[in-house]
Amino acid sequence: MNPFKPKQRRAIPGFGLTLGITLSYLSLIVLIPLAGVYFKAAGLGWDGLLHTLGSARVLASLKLTFGSALIAALFNAFFGLLVAWVFVRYQFPGKRLFDAFIDLPFALPTAVAGIALTALYAGNGWLGQYLEPLGIQVAYHPLGVVVAMTFISLPFVVRTVEPVLAEAEKELEEAAATLGAGRWITVTRVILPSVWPALLTGFALAFARAVGEYGSIIFIAGNIPMVSEITPLLIIIKLEEFDYAGATAIAAAMLTLSFLLLLLINLFQAWTRRSRNR
Amino acid sequence: MSQPRDHSLQDPPALPPEFGTGPLVRKNSAITEPAWVRWLLIGSALGFLSLFLLLPLASVFTEALRDGWGTYVSALREPDAYSAVKLTLLAAAIAVPLNLVFGVAAAWCIAKFEFRGKQLLISLIDLPFSVSPVVAGLVYVLIFGAHGWAGGWLAEHDIKIIFAVPGIALATIFVTFPFIARELIPLMQEQGTDDEQAALTLGAGGFRTFWRVTLPNIKWGLLYGVLLCNARAFGEFGAVSVVSGHIRGQTNTLPLHIEILYNEYAFAAAFAVASLLAALALVTLALKTFLEWRYADQLAAARRH
Repeated sequence: MNPFKPKQRRAIPGFGLTLGITLSYLSLIVLIPLAGVYFKAAGLGWDGLLHTLGSARVLASLKLTFGSALIAALFNAFFGLLVAWVFVRYQFPGKRLFDAFIDLPFALPTAVAGIALTALYAGNGWLGQYLEPLGIQVAYHPLGVVVAMTFISLPFVVRTVEPVLAEAEKELEEAAATLGAGRWITVTRVILPSVWPALLTGFALAFARAVGEYGSIIFIAGNIPMVSEITPLLIIIKLEEFDYAGATAIAAAMLTLSFLLLLLINLFQAWTRRSRNR
Repeated sequence: MSQPRDHSLQDPPALPPEFGTGPLVRKNSAITEPAWVRWLLIGSALGFLSLFLLLPLASVFTEALRDGWGTYVSALREPDAYSAVKLTLLAAAIAVPLNLVFGVAAAWCIAKFEFRGKQLLISLIDLPFSVSPVVAGLVYVLIFGAHGWAGGWLAEHDIKIIFAVPGIALATIFVTFPFIARELIPLMQEQGTDDEQAALTLGAGGFRTFWRVTLPNIKWGLLYGVLLCNARAFGEFGAVSVVSGHIRGQTNTLPLHIEILYNEYAFAAAFAVASLLAALALVTLALKTFLEWRYADQLAAARRH
């Protein structure tokens, strides 16, 4: 008898095989290559890292990328909540069709989104021709970055808030109403608190996606160094200059941020699950 | 959409006819808003969606046909476009099946067994979603590129990965990595192990149990995951852009071909190729909506709306 063998066999077979496949594939495709970035970045030392990350061009791009992503995610949090509310609570013609279109940014390739948005907001575009006389330039301007980020991260908040709103118990609202609360008080004090965790999760997901986005932004941003150049583009520029050390340093910084965001999203999701199960 | 719930509040019953027509109270007004607020909210939500979703989509097709049907067709029949289509299909044909096998394996061990570190494993599977596609491309350049760790060895043996098909396939696998697994994991967790236990008790082998019992249970969820995975594989730009080298007619996928045409000011041609991908996106959305509507009970709970 093998002493290490569990006494009782697992009822369902295939644990070792499937876990083996999962772990090896995950390691080969994702974990080892990502660890490679840190390995390479460690070779640069703190001075090398800070030298690259502290340069004015990189700092400007980080500021633009994170600032725009924050604005886009806030914008989507507001409108995403509105859209989720309208789709869960109200009936109107064309609802099913609009609902299907909400996922368009996930299905439409980012390059297509990029050139379409540029065509819309350029000086002679459908929207640009009205905005530019007002002094609002979107295409080839930092504002274009915000517009592109808003587009690609639009579904996250809607899709995370929708199920929570659908499950919210109407009895609570009725109770609030019978106790004398006006509708506005009921919405802000009774419904919104139950939606908060899901809203934050959606916000963080949208933010993470917007920070990493490349394809749609490079078309509309104009990519002017120090003005409308995003961080992922800077990685590509460094690569094309064969500055692998510089590219790695920026990538390591972005990757660290992805990990932090992922951790935050997981915490928010756990919070959502807890508050939904209460 | 929200499902009818058995304890949902009902409109009050209509009064007898002698009290006039219509219900006494039109709606349960305590838990809804006045009509003008409702329509204002609906109007702003639909306005937002139209402005940010429908208008860009419409502009793709309008711009594609701006120079007429002839330009449109010739842009699609160009040999470079043709080879871009082929490469895009090839990359998806490699990435989707591999991620499919992985997705099923991962969902099986996560949903059917309890083990330590499971939550961490689920988070790690989601990791590629929060990594910038450009960083995803970069990691493979660092390993397999001419100056990468394996670069010298690969050059000696005349194996090309970066600026060639394997690199493009790898980058596509990375960015589409979680799609199928994250569809199947919640679905198989909901389904539990009762069906499999029954099959095993009745004497079926492990593989036969999977093939005859598990697979029929998860087939629509699987298809849903494949659909999303495939859409992303066709459209990936950032990661593929880093590893492809942009060699026309050789390492250009459709999204990269759009970029080249656009940067050469061949706008009508760029939008013509883009309209192909946009049409594909619409087909994906239609199929996805159909699956959510027709097979709602056989998809993971999060997808039933």
